[in-house]
Amino acid sequence: MTVIELDDIYKTYTESVVPVHAVNGVSVGIDKGEFTAIVGPSGCGKTTLLNMIGGLDAPTKGKIRIEGEDISRLSDKQLVDFRLHNIGFVFQAYNLIPVLTVRENIRFIMELEHRDSKEMQQRVEYLLEKLDMKDKLNVRPKYLSGGQQQRVAVARALASHPKFVLADEPTANLDSHATEVLLELMATMNKEEEMTFIFSTHDQRVMDKARRIITLEDGKVVGDAKTGI
Amino acid sequence: MRQYLKLSWRNLWRNKRRTLITVASVFLAVLLAVCMRSLQKGTYANMTSNAVRFSTGYIQIHAKGYQDNRSINNSFEKGEMLDSVLTANSNVSLSVPRLESFVLASSGNHTKGVQVTGIIPELENKMNNISGRVTDGHYLTDGYDGLLVGDGIANYLGLRVGDTMVLLGQGYHGITAAAQFPVTGIFHFPDGRMNNALVYLSLHNARNLFAAPDLTTSMSLLLHDPARQQATVEQLRQALDSNQWEVLNWQTLNKELTQEIAGDNAGGIIMLFILYVVIAFGVFGTMLMMTMERSKEFAVMIAIGMRRSQLAILLFFETVFIGLLGISSGVAVALPVLLYFKINPVKITGTAAEMFIQFGLEPIMPASLDPYIFVNQGITVFLISFAASIYPLMYIGRFKILGALKK
Repeated sequence: MTVIELDDIYKTYTESVVPVHAVNGVSVGIDKGEFTAIVGPSGCGKTTLLNMIGGLDAPTKGKIRIEGEDISRLSDKQLVDFRLHNIGFVFQAYNLIPVLTVRENIRFIMELEHRDSKEMQQRVEYLLEKLDMKDKLNVRPKYLSGGQQQRVAVARALASHPKFVLADEPTANLDSHATEVLLELMATMNKEEEMTFIFSTHDQRVMDKARRIITLEDGKVVGDAKTGI
Repeated sequence: MRQYLKLSWRNLWRNKRRTLITVASVFLAVLLAVCMRSLQKGTYANMTSNAVRFSTGYIQIHAKGYQDNRSINNSFEKGEMLDSVLTANSNVSLSVPRLESFVLASSGNHTKGVQVTGIIPELENKMNNISGRVTDGHYLTDGYDGLLVGDGIANYLGLRVGDTMVLLGQGYHGITAAAQFPVTGIFHFPDGRMNNALVYLSLHNARNLFAAPDLTTSMSLLLHDPARQQATVEQLRQALDSNQWEVLNWQTLNKELTQEIAGDNAGGIIMLFILYVVIAFGVFGTMLMMTMERSKEFAVMIAIGMRRSQLAILLFFETVFIGLLGISSGVAVALPVLLYFKINPVKITGTAAEMFIQFGLEPIMPASLDPYIFVNQGITVFLISFAASIYPLMYIGRFKILGALKK
């Protein structure tokens, strides 16, 4: 079942003297439970596409429907609520909240959703167990390595059981072990909780785990293939 | 709510030095503002108290027209009706009759114009504790044939206790008023003008001097609750025939002092305004920096599901914390200092003291611990802190998430 539909999407940035056409007529459908990597050279429009799917940016032309809802028609406030209840974000630069501990960072989104305290506690414990970070529960991000911070960032994105996880170059700064742990967790969530994952990546290790690879070049889809995994 | 408070509090201490400097600026402003207002209000209260106790009372009742024409001919007979009205009013704590007129006082070759005030010594003493102000001799006793004289007059006329003072003037309906009295005591009041102008006689003797038996020129009233002064004035006006009586508050009776306080108060408010502007810019600078340097973090929070309004609350709490820390520490330090100066008023010396005396004021500056001062300054500084956060709050409402995320 297609849950994300990109229908002839264009994105042109006009802030500079010469307009930049970041995305040029992309039409793609993503099914529920997919584990998809969007690949391509730098500047090909991967991040722009992810941002538009996440409602952080709006297409210049075309429609993005998520579970049948045209998100370009949502207000700023509706988009925030939409992201809160449906999308988990993982950023390349971790972007944890520095004044919160590991536990508090993971609980952050669940607290915005006013989840039950016991449920939050169980979820935090489960995720940290999976990420092998139970001993870092009360540590603030600045005392963690890059790999550990990204694991917490992924736990934060997965904590509230989002339907979709959008990860922008999540492994770009990580070593092999950290990458392995993260991909393992995401694969588990994809399988157990049917979360739909979309990565933008250059990382072969991520591509090796993906079940579908969409290749972009100059803002256009130049390849779209199932990997057979 | 707990999450907002926790985040705000922790955000505040991300840059301890900057937060402490901002809190210190609020602290200093509150300390200065509270101390300044406390000393001002304390001085005004002292001025008012002196004026009220030694001169007018909070309220005075005259025969109609006396305020505009302060002649003994505009005096009245205090009957049972007035007594019953005053007794019936629950806010009147003391009513003191006086008979006042001007005469020439002389001793030896010197003569001076003075105000003779006929008093019931016991009642007058309750009102202003004159007996405690007698520096030589002793206080009047009712019926005793002596007078009390201010040290300024005594010095001018070269009088000592036991000497005789001659009084000559005009009594009721033009009758010549002339008599001589021994000086029973010499007093010294905080108001220098009173020492140079006042002579006290017992009411009995004053009535005899002015040939005004049973007459009174004013009834001065003290109140249980001075804050209800105006309501009491209205009650008395309703109870008394307005064609026969006039009921006035001390502000009307002593317009000079009222204007003096209003003028000085306005100067104080201008100083406070300047102080507040300085605080506002200090807090504004900090809040703006705290907002701008975290724009990426804010963008991430919005991206993962936090509303801009929730972020604004977060920022608002940060401002509130800075304001509260500054205000509470400022008040905490100011309180003991002001308590000390309430008990031991600042004594004005030198030229400044002479100026105070010239204006009829006691040359001291006691502090006031009126809670209104602290609450008022606290609320003002709090509102200023809030106003300083308006621009950062507006920024939160309109900044571009993507631009900030790319930083």
